[in-house]
Amino acid sequence: MEIDRKTMLEMYRRMVRIRQFELAAMDLFKRGQVKGAIHTYIGQEASGVGVCMALTTEDLIAGTHRSHGHNIAKGAETKKMMAEILGKETGYCKGRGGSMHIAAFETGSLGALAVVGSGIPLAVGAGLAFKMRREMRVAVPFTGDAGSNTGNWHEGLNLAAVWDLPVVFVLENNHYGVSTNIEDVVKIKDLSQRAIAYGMPGVCVDGFDVVAVYQAAWEAVDRARRGEGPTLLVTESYRFEGHYAGEPEVYRSRAEVDEYRKKDPIPRFRDSLMVQEKLEPTELDAIDNEIRQEIAEAIEYARQSPEPDLSTAMDYIYA
Amino acid sequence: MATISRDTTSLGATTPVMSPDLIRQVHDGVPAKELTYQEAIREALREEMQRDENVFLMGEDIGKHGGAFGVTRTLFDQFGPERVRNTPISENTIVGAATGAALVGMRPVIEIMFVDFSGLAMDQICTQAAKLRYMTGGQCKVPWVLRMPQGGGAGKSTAAQHSQSLETWYAHTPGLKVVLPSTPYDAKGLMKAAIRDDSPVIFLEQKFLYSFRGLVPEAEYVLPLSQCDIKRQGMDVTVVASGYMVWHAMLAAQIMEKQGIDVEVIDVRTIAPLDEKTIGSSVRKTGRVVLVTEACRDYGPANEWGMVVIEQAFEYLKAPVRRLTGRHSPIPFANSIENGVWPDTQAVIQSLQEVMAW
Repeated sequence: MEIDRKTMLEMYRRMVRIRQFELAAMDLFKRGQVKGAIHTYIGQEASGVGVCMALTTEDLIAGTHRSHGHNIAKGAETKKMMAEILGKETGYCKGRGGSMHIAAFETGSLGALAVVGSGIPLAVGAGLAFKMRREMRVAVPFTGDAGSNTGNWHEGLNLAAVWDLPVVFVLENNHYGVSTNIEDVVKIKDLSQRAIAYGMPGVCVDGFDVVAVYQAAWEAVDRARRGEGPTLLVTESYRFEGHYAGEPEVYRSRAEVDEYRKKDPIPRFRDSLMVQEKLEPTELDAIDNEIRQEIAEAIEYARQSPEPDLSTAMDYIYA
Repeated sequence: MATISRDTTSLGATTPVMSPDLIRQVHDGVPAKELTYQEAIREALREEMQRDENVFLMGEDIGKHGGAFGVTRTLFDQFGPERVRNTPISENTIVGAATGAALVGMRPVIEIMFVDFSGLAMDQICTQAAKLRYMTGGQCKVPWVLRMPQGGGAGKSTAAQHSQSLETWYAHTPGLKVVLPSTPYDAKGLMKAAIRDDSPVIFLEQKFLYSFRGLVPEAEYVLPLSQCDIKRQGMDVTVVASGYMVWHAMLAAQIMEKQGIDVEVIDVRTIAPLDEKTIGSSVRKTGRVVLVTEACRDYGPANEWGMVVIEQAFEYLKAPVRRLTGRHSPIPFANSIENGVWPDTQAVIQSLQEVMAW
């Protein structure tokens, strides 16, 4: 599949945007300026960006507690995201959600649900609505490897398969559910084999390779749009940071992390852009700098924004 | 006139013969027909599905089979498998899929076969659907209705996992509306309101009431959610009740009338959000109150209503607040111990006499 240069550059831009956003969020957290927890997507950028670049704004994603990256990949604005993390009225969720619930509905979202596996049925239901109304839209729920052990996940895959719904289930295998290695809680090595039990295709792709992810996602999305039903897409990935920012990571070795860091999807994609697209380093540096500036402005915007007024605490409970 | 008979063979509890005339909600001269509670719910579903193509049904065995209690019978034949969807036994995903469909503009009406099974769907009901609008800062809405048969006395003992009354589980979760109709008239009008409401609505159907008959107007009507209904006006004492307990309260009131006691009966037909005003002003008027629920006692709905009375009418009280609730135990099977697990008309009469004696 031919991918045009504009798309390639946009993929690069979004991956860098995620990385810079996450580094900034971690920094704010470590300086005590963010309450709660930050679950970063550092190392997994190629997965979210590869998938979301294969979608339109009309297609909907369902996020998780680790969805800063999914939001940015789908086109969310970093200033409204940063404001949400700092609990400001100008955030996407008006400060009601925080880091774990950032969802930009305007970019095509079903929300970010911070109970592992719980977004799966929502995407199935959205897919059902699309099919009933004969719309050419696709719903894409993200989970990690550990999410594939939940009842939501298995029930959801089964229902989507039996009703041939336009859903692409993205399972990002970052190898750990908090501290538990996936190999300790799933017997099979290749998680895409789980699709066999539900009668849908299961595809496994290198989650550090944004082009490979994009191509696999595009095929699964195209299949769904044609009315041929759901696909399980496993992106083999790794989270470079702890489960949450500042987590001690006693369950894995420095050597293991360092080994995976060699696969960092951003330098890898940058190198391939220079070789295959003949881009000059200065052109890519310009994108990096532009994003750095954007994130600095996002932090400033978030800091300057007001917190929600106490008089609005009971808003949005009922529609 | 209504009478009380004791029948320990079928129900294991006092089985009054409840006349439809006990609760009259349609004025003379208004074109009306007599429907059962079950038929009234079905008619609401049918009319709303005809009115709005975004309304559809999902649940286990709700197609040809018509659901465990036959509520959706004939709807499959009329609307087909696209809009009356049989699902796998996947309660959590039935609810979650309804949420997803609702987020993109559909109005799903889903069924969980018994409220007792809704524990399987607790995450999707209470942690996802109830909170999505709030935690996204109002970016979305979740207009679904979750129908669940509940309660005991369905004609045979069904023991601990098929007979509970669980309105408190849901009323305790901000973001959900909880409806528990007591009559065919209320069931139809509240179902139509629930389907048109933009929030997730838990619609509890008392199984024993499915066969109860009552007049329902021919013309369309929609009842307000979040309002109590004064089923009978009185000056001497207030009974606050919901579901089947409203019938016991009405029968008790009719019997007490002959003793010169004027009983007001308030039907909390929408459990949440609670219409506190109606309860408060009634007790400020009467100064005496008996709270009757089928749900078991501890932390139950009667306790919430009782606190409303304390907060809004304490200085008007002429007698202690009495609560009459389901026994705080799992529902037993054998008639000998199921007997008395729920309040009945005699118990309401006795409580009324006690508060009147002060």
